[in-house]
Parts: sequence; C-alpha cells; structure tokens
Amino acid sequence: MGSLLSWGKGRVSRWGEFAVEGFIRIAGGSAIFLVALIFFFLLREGTPAFWEVSFSNLVSTRWYPTFGFYGILPLLYGSLLVTTGAILLSVPLGLATAIYMREVAPSWVREILKPLIEVIAGIPSVVLGFLGMVAIAPLVRRWLDLPTGLTAFAGSIMLAYMALPTIVSIAEDAIDAVPKAYRDGALALGATHWQTIYRVVLPAARPGILTAVMLGLGRAIGETMAVMMVTGNAARIGREWAALFRPVRTMTATIAAEMGEVAQGSVHYHVLFAVGIVLFLVTFAINGVAATIALRGQPHRGGQLMR
Amino acid sequence: MAKLLQSLVLISLLSLLACGSPRSAETDSFRSPIQAIQNKGSDTMVNLALAWAEAYTAQHPGVSIAVTGGGSGTGIAAFINGTVDIANVSREMKSEEIAEARSKGIDPVEHTVARDAIAVVVHPDNPVDQLTIPQLSAIFTGHITNWQEVGGQDRPIVLLSRESNSGTYVYFLEEVVRQGDKESQALFSPDTLLMPSSEGISNEVRQNPNAIGYDGLGYVTPDQKTLAVAGGVGRAYVKPSVETVNNATYAIARPLYMYTNGQPSGAIHDYLEWIAGPEGQALVQELGFIPL
Repeated sequence: MGSLLSWGKGRVSRWGEFAVEGFIRIAGGSAIFLVALIFFFLLREGTPAFWEVSFSNLVSTRWYPTFGFYGILPLLYGSLLVTTGAILLSVPLGLATAIYMREVAPSWVREILKPLIEVIAGIPSVVLGFLGMVAIAPLVRRWLDLPTGLTAFAGSIMLAYMALPTIVSIAEDAIDAVPKAYRDGALALGATHWQTIYRVVLPAARPGILTAVMLGLGRAIGETMAVMMVTGNAARIGREWAALFRPVRTMTATIAAEMGEVAQGSVHYHVLFAVGIVLFLVTFAINGVAATIALRGQPHRGGQLMR
Repeated sequence: MAKLLQSLVLISLLSLLACGSPRSAETDSFRSPIQAIQNKGSDTMVNLALAWAEAYTAQHPGVSIAVTGGGSGTGIAAFINGTVDIANVSREMKSEEIAEARSKGIDPVEHTVARDAIAVVVHPDNPVDQLTIPQLSAIFTGHITNWQEVGGQDRPIVLLSRESNSGTYVYFLEEVVRQGDKESQALFSPDTLLMPSSEGISNEVRQNPNAIGYDGLGYVTPDQKTLAVAGGVGRAYVKPSVETVNNATYAIARPLYMYTNGQPSGAIHDYLEWIAGPEGQALVQELGFIPL
C-alpha cells in the first residue's frame, strides 16, 4: 500500500488515492443499496396483497391459500414458537460453552473445540433437516410419548444446533475482550473463580453476549429447509400448554413450499411476498436491536474501571 | 517492479467490474441443432417422466428433454407463464387456470398418458385393514381423531398429506375429503401435516403407528401397509393394484395428464405418440403406475 501511495508526489498520488477511495466507497455503498433494493422489490410485490385481500382475512387463523384463506397469523406463530424454543435451548448451552472455552478449559482443549464449533456452522441446513426428520423426530415421539415427532420442538432442536456456533463464537469473543485487570482485581479481592466469572466477567461482557443472542435469533428465524422437513408444516395456532410439542408451520417453510406453484401476479403470489415482508421486518428489527446494543456497549468499559 | 505489479492488480480488479453482462437467449450463440422439450410439473409423475425422457432420447439423439418436478401446481403455473412445453399434471386443470392460460395466449390441450391409484397407507402394525370413503373424509377433516373410532387401538390419528401445490393433494381433497361433491367446502383439518415430498410421508408412516397418509401407488414401499377402500357404506373393500384400477373397482384412481399448448406438432407430437405406444406404456407398468 505504501508503494501505491508513493506513485509520485502531488497530482498523481492524489489521483491514486481518489481512485482507491472511490472504489471502496462504491463497494461499501453497494451493500446498503442492495439491501434497499431487496426491500423495495419485496414492497412492490407484496403490498398489492393488502389491497387484494381483506385485512380480516390476513389476520385470520386459517391458512388455505389455494382456497382463498390467507390468514398469516398461524405462520407468524409458528416462526416465533420455533425460534423461542431454539433460543431457550441454545443460549444456555452456547453461553456455557463460551465460558468453558474462555475461562475454564486448558488452551489445548480450546484449540480443538474452536474449529470443531466452526464445523457445526458449516453443516448444510438441509442435511440437518434430513437428520431431524429421520433420526430426531422419531426419538422425540418415543421419549415424550407424542402423537408425532414432527413438532415445533424438533424444529427448535435443529435450529438450536444451527444458532449454536454463532452464539458461541460471538459470546466467546465478548468474554475474551473483558480486560485481564477485571479478573485480577476480583481475584485479588478474594473472589473465587466462579464468582469472578459470574459477577465480574459476564456483566462486563453483557453487550457482546446480548449481540450473540440476537444474531443467533436472527439466524434461527430465517432458517427454511430444516424447519420445512421437521416441523410438520401444519398451519395451526396451539392454545394448549403443550403447544411446543405439536406441529407448526413457519413463514419461511410456507414461502419455500408454495412459491413454486403460484402464477406470477396472482393473489397468492402477492400474499407470499407479504409474508416475506413480515419476515424481513422481523429480522431487520432483531438485527437493529443487536447493532444498537453492540454500539452502546463500547464506551462503557473505560468508565467502569474508574469506579 | 512492485509499483507495476500493484497497478496491474488494480486494473484487473477494476476490469472485473466491467465484464459479465448477461447473455440473453437471443444473442446466445450457443444455439445447438438439438430440439429441446421442457417438461415440468407433478412430483407423482416425475420419475415416470424421467424414465420416458431417458428412454426416448436414447432412441432419438436429436431431441433433448428436460424434466423437473415441483408439483402439478408448479407445472401449471410455469405452463401459464409460457416457460415450459409440456406440463405434467396429476389432476385436471381448474377452469380458472384454463381461463388464465387462454388470457395469456396459451391454449391448454389435455393428453392422458397413464393412470394412477392413490393408496391410503398406515403403519404395518396398525390393526385397521379397511376404511370407507366417508370414514376417510371424516378422518382427514378432523372429525374422527382416535383410531379407536374406526376399530383400531387407542391412539391419536396423525394426518399426513402432500403440500397444496401437489396434484395428489387436490385430487384427494376432491374425491375423498369432499367425496366427489362439487358443492362441498370441506378442507383438510388444520392439524394435517403437509410434507414436502412423498418420501416425507413414507418416512413418517413407516415409523409412526399413529400415522395415516396417502400417496400414489408407485411410491408405496413394502414397509408400509395399504388399506382396502370402499366407495361407500355397504360397498366392497378393494385394495389398490393394476387390476382393480383397470376394472374400475378401486375407488381412488385417477388419470395422469400432460398438457401442451395447442395440438402438438413436430418433436412434441412424436414424443407424446411414443408415450402412448407400447414402449412408453411398458415403462408405466414398470414404475408401478397403471397403463392406459
């Protein structure tokens, strides 16, 4: 880079800088531009649904799109239920793994565990879905004595698997970023190792951990293939307490299963894009909250050391 | 030297931006002399369509046939959009679909290419052997929820179905759930599990004793149990097979169709003639469907 800048003094070097800067600006701006384009495309194809279908139809609880019933609520319910279950499963497990890797494990264990966790991240979701359908769902049915194993719970298990690497990586980085001075100070004051972790390190790493959870959540809610093969795809809202252990239908699986069959421009087509809009907004909100927490977390550390 | 290298790298990076305009079909100079037939639609028929395509193109190297699945609904949507030559459909096109096709300048012509029986399958350990169509209708609409009510064990009934883009789904809804009544508004129970493929149904049926599902006869594996079906109370219970479909005693049998845009000519016409001929129909039998 130094030689690039020393092409020559004066005008030539300013030209070089200008070209590189412009190139980088275009690259960065294009990312924002593409996201905006996607959103506008979704809006253009999805908003006709709000005129073509009555509002009471869209918020009803019956999803039979080939017969004119376009109730989106069961789909939203399915996505939220599966994601909630996934977070309940993956956050404790992921956090415990991150704490173990950073605070407890000897460094040789850490060197092996870290790449292994990345390998989990690399497993294609359709493979996990297939595993869930063939292996996990029958087990769930037998252990929990359910009518069928194709339930939101089985979906949550597979999603927890997928969100786990994200949560572990980012939480681990957050815990690692806590200054050694904090731990030394706590230990010097007579705290045990666990007390140090629980009362000093974790609160200090809280913004990063929350970011990890939010990003894991975002990953889970957008997952398609695994949930399509494992949750049973029944568009219903369960009012019983065991609702997690009954089949559901997620927004993502609905779009994937039905988009192929719709004629372009038909009502069903527009409603599927409307479901896409809802999904986009939910994911956007989650990522927005995560980004806000992450940005807010930065200045704290300097201040706390003074207290 | 290092400066030259760096400027070359920068120039090649910038030129990557400039290249890669998409080639449209018209300017594609890769035009081959082979006749191409696009064939899309029913998942029930996809293995059959593939077998036909392979056998036909082996005999006629001047023709290439591309076969895709996706469901009858998908095939019809593509047919209406004008992106395929032949749509494989395991149900009749609805009048709205025909109207929409005509409004886009496509004239759907129906050709019957084979017949199929829809088997109702349960777990091999399920003691129930036979059901009537009214019973099946009550089961699949959620009015009967326990196997005890139809003579089985005290177990909840788990309903399995194909997705709504499947011709099998539509046919089963019309003939079994609605019992052939055009005025009926009955729908599958919202608790029905909509599986993305026949394999999904087979997988659940073979290991879940509570399950009941339906699928084309060609997709039923020996580790599932087919039920004998009676058209109504007091009628005979008949198990699905080639004979019972051909002598019209099995109640849930349907023709499989291919739709073309107008009367076919040229390569498409020859292909359809071949399908209806002895070689095509021999493949039908081989794959577990019923020849014409």
